[in-house]
Amino acid sequence: MEGRRRKRDVLLSKLYSFACIKTHFNEDHSQIGQRGYARVVHCNDPDNPEAIQLNYTRNYVSTTKYTAVNFIPKSLFEQFRRVANLYFLVVACVSFSPLAPYTAVSIAFPLAVVILATMAKEAVEDWSRKKQDIEANNRRAELFDVKNKRFIETKWKELRVGDIVKVYKDEYFPADLLFLSSNYEDGICYVETSNLDGETNLKLKHALEATSRFQDESSLFHFKAVTKCEDPNENLYSFVGTLYCNEVQYPLSLQQLLLRDSKLRNTDYVYGVVIFTGHDTKVMQNAMNPPSKRSGIEKRLDKIIYILFSFLILIAFIGSVFFGIMTKKDIDTGKLRRWYLRPDKAAVFYDPRRASLAAFLHLLTDLMLYGYLIPISLYISIEIVKVLQCIFINQDRHMYYEETDRPAHARTSNLNEELGQVHTILSDKTGTLTCNSMEFVKCSIAGTSYGKGMTEVEIALARRQGRSIAFSELDEVGDNLTSDRSVKGFNFKDERLTNGRWVNEPHSDMIQKFFRVLAICHTVIPDVHEETGHLSYEASQMRQKPSYEAESPDEAAFVIAARELGFEFFKRTQTSIYLHELDRETGQMVDRVYELLHVLEFSSSRKRMSVIVRNQENKLLLLCKGADSVMLERLSEEGRLFEAETMAHIKKYAEAGLRTLILAYRNLNEEEFTVWQEEFQNAKTSVSTDRDLLVNAAAEKIEKDLILLGATAVEDKLQKGVPDCIQKLSLAGIRIWVLTGDKIETAINVGYACSLLRQGMKLIVISLDTPEIILEEKRGDKEAIAKASLECVKKQICDAQSQIDSAKGSSNEFGLIIDGKSLAFALDKNLEINFLKLATGCDSVICCRSSPKQKALVARLVKTGGKTTLAIGDGANDVGMIQEASIGVAITGVEGMQAAMSSDVNIAQFRFLERLLLLHGHWFYRRISLMICYYFYKNITFGLTLFWFETHSSFSAQPAYNDWYMSSYNVFFTALPVIALGYPYLYSEGILNILYSWPRILGWMFNGMISSIIIFFLTTSCLKDQAFRSNGQVVDFAVLATTMYSCVVWSVNCQMALSINHFTWIQHIFIWGSIVLWYIFLFIYGSLTPTFSKTAYMVLVEVCAPSPVYWIIIVVVVFSTLLPYFAYRAIQLRFWPMPHDIAQVKQYEEGTNSQW
Amino acid sequence: MSSNPASSSGGPGSTDPSAVRRNSKRPKYSKFTQQELPACKPILTPRWVISAFMVVSIVFIPIGVASLFASRDVVEIVDRYDGECINGTKTEKIRHIQGPGNKACTRTLTVTKHMKAPIYIYYQLDNFYQNHRRYVKSRSDQQLRHRGSADATSDCRPEDTANGKPIVPCGLIAWSLFNDTYSFAVSNRNLTVNKKEISWKSDRDHKFGKDVFPSNFQSGGLIGGASLNESIPLSEQEDLIVWMRTAALPTFRKLYGRIEQDLQPNDVINVVVMNNYNTYSFNGKKMLVLSTTSWLGGKNDFLGIAYLTVGGLCFFLAMLFTIIYLVKPRRLGDPSYLSWNRNPGGR
Repeated sequence: MEGRRRKRDVLLSKLYSFACIKTHFNEDHSQIGQRGYARVVHCNDPDNPEAIQLNYTRNYVSTTKYTAVNFIPKSLFEQFRRVANLYFLVVACVSFSPLAPYTAVSIAFPLAVVILATMAKEAVEDWSRKKQDIEANNRRAELFDVKNKRFIETKWKELRVGDIVKVYKDEYFPADLLFLSSNYEDGICYVETSNLDGETNLKLKHALEATSRFQDESSLFHFKAVTKCEDPNENLYSFVGTLYCNEVQYPLSLQQLLLRDSKLRNTDYVYGVVIFTGHDTKVMQNAMNPPSKRSGIEKRLDKIIYILFSFLILIAFIGSVFFGIMTKKDIDTGKLRRWYLRPDKAAVFYDPRRASLAAFLHLLTDLMLYGYLIPISLYISIEIVKVLQCIFINQDRHMYYEETDRPAHARTSNLNEELGQVHTILSDKTGTLTCNSMEFVKCSIAGTSYGKGMTEVEIALARRQGRSIAFSELDEVGDNLTSDRSVKGFNFKDERLTNGRWVNEPHSDMIQKFFRVLAICHTVIPDVHEETGHLSYEASQMRQKPSYEAESPDEAAFVIAARELGFEFFKRTQTSIYLHELDRETGQMVDRVYELLHVLEFSSSRKRMSVIVRNQENKLLLLCKGADSVMLERLSEEGRLFEAETMAHIKKYAEAGLRTLILAYRNLNEEEFTVWQEEFQNAKTSVSTDRDLLVNAAAEKIEKDLILLGATAVEDKLQKGVPDCIQKLSLAGIRIWVLTGDKIETAINVGYACSLLRQGMKLIVISLDTPEIILEEKRGDKEAIAKASLECVKKQICDAQSQIDSAKGSSNEFGLIIDGKSLAFALDKNLEINFLKLATGCDSVICCRSSPKQKALVARLVKTGGKTTLAIGDGANDVGMIQEASIGVAITGVEGMQAAMSSDVNIAQFRFLERLLLLHGHWFYRRISLMICYYFYKNITFGLTLFWFETHSSFSAQPAYNDWYMSSYNVFFTALPVIALGYPYLYSEGILNILYSWPRILGWMFNGMISSIIIFFLTTSCLKDQAFRSNGQVVDFAVLATTMYSCVVWSVNCQMALSINHFTWIQHIFIWGSIVLWYIFLFIYGSLTPTFSKTAYMVLVEVCAPSPVYWIIIVVVVFSTLLPYFAYRAIQLRFWPMPHDIAQVKQYEEGTNSQW
Repeated sequence: MSSNPASSSGGPGSTDPSAVRRNSKRPKYSKFTQQELPACKPILTPRWVISAFMVVSIVFIPIGVASLFASRDVVEIVDRYDGECINGTKTEKIRHIQGPGNKACTRTLTVTKHMKAPIYIYYQLDNFYQNHRRYVKSRSDQQLRHRGSADATSDCRPEDTANGKPIVPCGLIAWSLFNDTYSFAVSNRNLTVNKKEISWKSDRDHKFGKDVFPSNFQSGGLIGGASLNESIPLSEQEDLIVWMRTAALPTFRKLYGRIEQDLQPNDVINVVVMNNYNTYSFNGKKMLVLSTTSWLGGKNDFLGIAYLTVGGLCFFLAMLFTIIYLVKPRRLGDPSYLSWNRNPGGR
């Protein structure tokens, strides 16, 4: 028994010729035990004193930013990294000294409010992370109890390095495990790593032969070994280690490592030894915070704050100079001038004899006093608005996708305002514009094209050429979109082939071979339902059709197509493939077994895949499928019978936006195969560095003299609403670049289908398919090719540029199409500026055949242009682009989580981008820009009244207002309305960034200055020295301060009301509520004991409210402060209306029209 | 993707539609989260702009006129006496005012219009910074209010203690209490000046204690201003209370008292001023003011003028915009005015 198994093992490992790289020691292993490779794991013996001494971490993970202990110091530290907060902290500290112009509590209080609110937000966010951690840490795991020789249930977090765990099918691995054995005798298992790298295909892992025999508890009991391996690192694709078992060394590689968070598939269970735990695991080492991107607005915000700081320092300096002069004059040649200040007995702060020192100290006091220019609550207000906006995005029912049950998800709240400013969208094609669910729609067999469906691209193509489409055809397409398709992945309509009628076709033998290739030449694994179990033909009649797990949707589509057309692949063992197929002669379904000898796997360099099988007639066959570019040259002379027709069909398919593959086969004779097999085996077992090359070369030797069967065409359907969405986005002035792996022709046609390219658009194609380059390529001198190519691309770019320049002024639109090879040269240091200029001059750009790296490079290039870029993609190959762009959006769904993990916003469908950008992004952009401008307005208004007052108090830094009026200004009376800002409807303002441009910011600041002047001089002039009510009493400090402060509160809130153009009850409550709040505050505060309320005592009840002057002044002051802005808006609206004004009026007119 | 579960993340139950419904992540509907709250959107249409300006001017001009009339109704006599009462150079003036001599000084005022009682008497100081930070802070509210808190003088330095004992009331404000006095006579008949209830009621009741008496006041080396009668509680020292309500601006008036009888036109008032208070050191003016009040208070045309100015400006703007819209009407909602439609290709 043992011997037999051993024999089969050898056979099996031969099969997966590429996947199974026989592990061997290489130079990496010599480093074991040295620096970086010093981890020692005592397998199955965690209680070994040596193991305990190593003191590796447990399998507990924590992804929280804070812990209970460090929360307070760490979050405080984070807070005070912001320059404005730090300033306020310093001010709060200094305010306990006599330098402070107000009491310490009144400055510490708003700071505390702001800091606590921000900390509360952080805490809430961290708590949700904590909950996820708790869930992960408490998942069940089965741990081998060495003493009792059985598995016991435990929690993930309890696992230790060296423990043996058992993981069942569809469970996640709790830690990085050394794969010991599985239910398969030959020690293999399948894992899905979509959580790690986004790849959904199943990966095969191999246990060491030495360990794969540990199949049950009793044998595991005897397993004792020591593993030495590399230290924890973040590299997912390498692992070096050595297993010392029974005094034999075995090399370990990635093949034996099962990574945490990947999933066991198609394998009932595996045993593994815990190697890395907790934060040492590769996935945790990889888990970085998404690169922190700062939005442009935030960057500019800092600049504005610096400007305000300079302004603050300036006026503080002016104030202290005047103060110094006035103080110095207080003692004039021994005589006291302002004797009532007792300058002869002054403390250092007011000492005329040391006036310059007093002036310097006064500078500090002034810096504190005018600190009200810096909006303390701005950051927290922005944070609150951002969180609200995230809620709006996450809760938007229009961005919820029923089919996958996924709402939109904004992962960071940092960048939402950038969504309103996107200038360029970089989009992936497959899975982003399309569904990434492949459908088999057409095929060409033996020179005949089958398949009658019409693709969306074809419809667009027909429209473009002005052909009218028969209604029925359209209807059919429409049906496909709406009605439930009977079989997913299969949209093939041709009665010549379906229902077994293909046997009547002229080349039915070819058709048979064609579908056999589809059914056999793949790495798909059928999903076997155990309950229906037995797989004889009779039983299979009763059961459902098998479903498949495929590496790519294309493969799945092929196998499904073969199944639907009568070649049902239903079982795969390590050595054979089982089909039910329709026999050509008898018309009966029969079971056939093909012995699988070799799989020559697909790789991006080979662009083809082959299998070598032995059929039941004991004939050897090589079945091959691949891209036309590599397949044609491998056809034999006699195999080219239908070459011309097939190529014509392929061209047609490509134009229709379909993905094509060529299928071919070849008969092998035994001698040739035996010879080749030996050579191949040698290549595989060679230990030299060019082993892969040797294997490739060997594979190439057998993949020749093929006989062409035909070609397949699968469609990747456009997602619903894509053309519409793209059209609206480009109407909004957003440029869209599509980066795709397709051929130029396909890309252009897809471009038309999704209305990226539009009728009347001039196309500029940059490619290296020119005769000169082809000539150079034939010569094969690499340097010469590169040089010529660079020149060629340069010339094309220049030509195109001049074409665009000459077309300036006309309303021509341009579309740029560039292929991957040219792109590589266009991204050259010297050319990239020209290329960027050209590309930004075009309305749409398509980059064909671009690699993931090129995508990221393009994203970086566009970003260097200073414009906001948005990258959208769904797969691991888009991650670079997503991280590089200003905003990364991931389409969640078919492909893994990799893109989603690195993105800023996840949406389920491309069409939601329209709503995300044009609605949410725009609203948010408006809100935040108005909010920031308004913040500066209100703080300047308030801060400057303090300064104007100083000019009337000999710059003594006496605050104009009561301490608590001042500290409540930013946090209570003016903060809320800002949060409730309004929303209308246009986009281009965002791209041009006009709502947040320097003129606008400075305009608002200027407005603030005017308001402060109006408020101060109107109130002081109105309340001069005369009696202000009929009982003859005059205005004192308290009354003037209260009146002035009331004017400020009224003015800034009314200004807010004037500048938003959308009132819901929220706005009403916040704006008018703030004013009401001020009076409530004044009432309550004024009725407290005078020791606390000081000058505010009874000021409202006794003095201000009963006095008509108070109210009359407020009315005139408020209207005067509103007048400049109102007049400006009226003039602007008349002469230079902003886009949103026009839209709003239009909306309004349409609204009234429809009403009447 | 049912045929290809490797690519779909759902478990075995995910194909069951009811399961999908049950675990749905579909956002809940609320008008707030869907941003569908009913809203009003005011738009600055021409009609709206013009009518807004018109309404403001229509409301403001009458208010302005009314305020102006109220201010004009007030009769006010202002007499500056600091220069008239003492002659000489600044140094001489200072020496005189600080000296022990007789500082009485007689002023004659003529009533121009009928003055209806009550006529308020103010003194007005100029260039006196009662709002200086050092000055404002130099008081002890606790001491003023509570009998037992006489020692709470920490804020009062340097006028906190004298001869080792706390000063009540302490601080610079109290120390510099204004001490000019006036007596009035019309045709040799003395006018009684009512000095009751010239301060704020809340001050008398709550800020100045009824059981707190001045002590040790003006007993230090340098005498500032007036002395206080130590037998009268602070709550009844109304001159002090008025003085201690510091003024906001360097030019200010303070209520001195009331004359509770009408004065007829051409009445001649003889005022005897005890010119004690030193404003000469800092070049401050001193004025005596007699004034009636209206519903708006004292005489100040500024409020009325401000209203008239704003109202007039709005009227002007309303006219301007009317003309603009009449001469060159334009449909606002015309998208051809959008910038990108206006100049294609950056012309």
